[in-house]
Amino acid sequence: MNRASVSLRLRLVLQLLGIAAVLAIVLYFTVRTVADEAAEATQDGVLGAATLAISESLQGGDDGVNVDLPYEAFSILGSISADRVFYRITTGDDTLTGYPDLPQPPKTDAAAAPVFYTMPYRDTEVRIAAVVRTVLVARKPVPVMVMVAQTRQGQEAIAQSVAQRAAAIGLGSFVLAAALSLLTAGNVLGPINRLADAVGRRGPQDLRAVDHPTPVELRPLITALNGFIARLRGALSRTETFIAEAAHHIRTPLATVRARAEIALRQSNSEETRETLRAVIRAVEESSRSAGQLLDHATVVARSDRLADEAVDLARLIAAQSEAFAPTADLKDLTIRMSVEPVVVQGDRALIEAALRNLIDNAVKYSPPETTVELTLRRDGAAVVEVADRGRGLGGQGTSRLTKRFARGENASDVIGSGLGLTIVSEVAAAHGGRFEIVDREGGGTCARLLLPLA
Amino acid sequence: MRAFVVALGLILLLGSVAGGFTVEEEVLFPPAGQPGRELSILSTTDTDVMRPVIEAFQAANPGIAISYTVANSQEVYAAINDEGKAFDLVISSAMDLQMKLANDGFAAPVRSALSEALPGWARWQDRLFAFAQENVVLIVSRKALGAHQLPQTRRDLIELLRDDPGLFRGRIGTYDPARSGAGYLFATQDVRQSDSFWRLAEVLGGLSPRLYTSSNEMISDLKHGRLVLAYNVLGSYAGPRLADNKDDVVVELEDYTLTLLRTGLVPRTARHPELGGAFLDFLLSPNGRQLIREKAGLPPIDGAALFASPHLRPMRLDPGLLVFLDAFKRKAFLDEWESALNRK
Repeated sequence: MNRASVSLRLRLVLQLLGIAAVLAIVLYFTVRTVADEAAEATQDGVLGAATLAISESLQGGDDGVNVDLPYEAFSILGSISADRVFYRITTGDDTLTGYPDLPQPPKTDAAAAPVFYTMPYRDTEVRIAAVVRTVLVARKPVPVMVMVAQTRQGQEAIAQSVAQRAAAIGLGSFVLAAALSLLTAGNVLGPINRLADAVGRRGPQDLRAVDHPTPVELRPLITALNGFIARLRGALSRTETFIAEAAHHIRTPLATVRARAEIALRQSNSEETRETLRAVIRAVEESSRSAGQLLDHATVVARSDRLADEAVDLARLIAAQSEAFAPTADLKDLTIRMSVEPVVVQGDRALIEAALRNLIDNAVKYSPPETTVELTLRRDGAAVVEVADRGRGLGGQGTSRLTKRFARGENASDVIGSGLGLTIVSEVAAAHGGRFEIVDREGGGTCARLLLPLA
Repeated sequence: MRAFVVALGLILLLGSVAGGFTVEEEVLFPPAGQPGRELSILSTTDTDVMRPVIEAFQAANPGIAISYTVANSQEVYAAINDEGKAFDLVISSAMDLQMKLANDGFAAPVRSALSEALPGWARWQDRLFAFAQENVVLIVSRKALGAHQLPQTRRDLIELLRDDPGLFRGRIGTYDPARSGAGYLFATQDVRQSDSFWRLAEVLGGLSPRLYTSSNEMISDLKHGRLVLAYNVLGSYAGPRLADNKDDVVVELEDYTLTLLRTGLVPRTARHPELGGAFLDFLLSPNGRQLIREKAGLPPIDGAALFASPHLRPMRLDPGLLVFLDAFKRKAFLDEWESALNRK
């Protein structure tokens, strides 16, 4: 796996666990060291006290040094641990009493305060305290060294039990740290996950700036993202503007061409020329329609971000459109029948008008001659506009397929069209929070239904 | 030449039996079943006392022969410390010498459920284990005492001796600490417990005491009317021997009564340390404890009995016991004892 693609959570948890492990190990060794030192200090304290007690019992005299070992000195050594005890009392190299092979301190300058050292002795290791005291023998000062030694089994037992406890503490703290690091990772990554969710939930048309509360560290990302969105929106809007401009600029000369062609049609006597001119007029008409639809579509896209919010009288709009299409319908001997209730919705008049125009245009275009196109407006929880024709139907294709941009019905290849008409209707419906659907009609033809929320 | 051969024979005889240290008795107990390994025990305890325990152990462990060697406590110590003799178990009532052997590293560790179940005061590390607790008592001939009250404390005893010196002169027995290891241990432990010991020693000194090296001799002399009382006698010996005699009584002094621990250790030089450990375990087992109490006549380790009798002071198995083994300390103590005894 690429290192850069490793999950943030995994990375964070692993690093925190690593830190916790290091800390647990440090804790373990710290506890051990401190406990070992404490145990040694305890042993040294008792050994030192025993050594001093013996040195205080030393007595001089005319016939040599006398030692009266205090019982308690040894008994106390026995009371802190069941360790073996050795002692040795020397003047110079002569051992007065005790164990003559007990090692002397490495440095011979043992003072009145006890010195401590650890040495191997017999089959084990001993801690030794040594102290020197001067005693008068025949009125001459004689230095006498007292050494008391104790094996270290008790200390080792303490060290072992401490080591076990330290290990348990280390392990416990590691487990605790592991749990906390999981919690921390979740906590730290929460805002990132929430932001990712919020961005992921957006619809494909949603080009609003991201306005999600985020930690400071994520602000640059948000700023960059918003800048990117703004540029994208700018680019889209420029594209739509360009299309609208282009369509507008094409329509005007097309109108001129059509006017000239109609004049020429009227003036021409040659049937051949007239046929050619009629074809020109049809083509110009289609081009003009397509340009109109491109313009409509650009308008819809441009306005859907910032809809006008006004009362729109649907009945009147439908009547106006029906009137506008009357000449075209007459050419094909179509009857446009209206069944309209007065319904007012809240929305963008221009967009709704474009949607109605494209709906009726579609119906008129795909209706065979001498049929009826029925326009219905009714109130059924929403404002429902139905445009029904006796055309060739949907050919088994659904609304979603037909409302795609530049998609045309598979059974419509012989009719000129851009494929934008139903897209416009669908986008207008979506922009108003409404719905658009096309269904096959009983007895042939289709019924296109636009539902807009009531005011 | 003839003299040389005899001398050599004597040396070989002594050497074969004792190899340097002085042996009082050596008995071989043949195994109950097929002959196998031999467990060698060196002990201060008389063979007759231990015989029932040894035979029960052999019955439970067929195939083990036991050689049981008896010596006094100093010789037992010397056999291990000086001569490094290979015994599998060393049993001694001299706690101080046993402690010194263990402290100086002559004891091997013994770990078993029974040895580890011993109370802390009855063992030292995993080296030295007590299997009997014996009180150190005063024995008194009530008949000889006449109208006098039985003393219950050392103070009573001192007053009694002062009140009627004529009755007691030459008729008091105690250990000679200079010649008896047990006597030295009891006397030094007395010094640890109370200053009244020195006053007692001074009073005894004025009454020409008889000094002994064994409890049995004191008990005998008391029974035969040669003593009115004897101080610091092993109760485990006195109790059974005076039980049939209503005139002589055993007194556990109430100010304090020392309790001696009879201990065992497995030497590092043991040829069969596992057998030594097994015998030690047998001594500590319920069956062994019962045999020790009923057949050997020794009180087994019993913390509850100590707790029930607050005057009992078990001698502590700790390095403090080493103090009085120090040559200076011993000399100082014996000097003090002599001077107390001879003060008029």
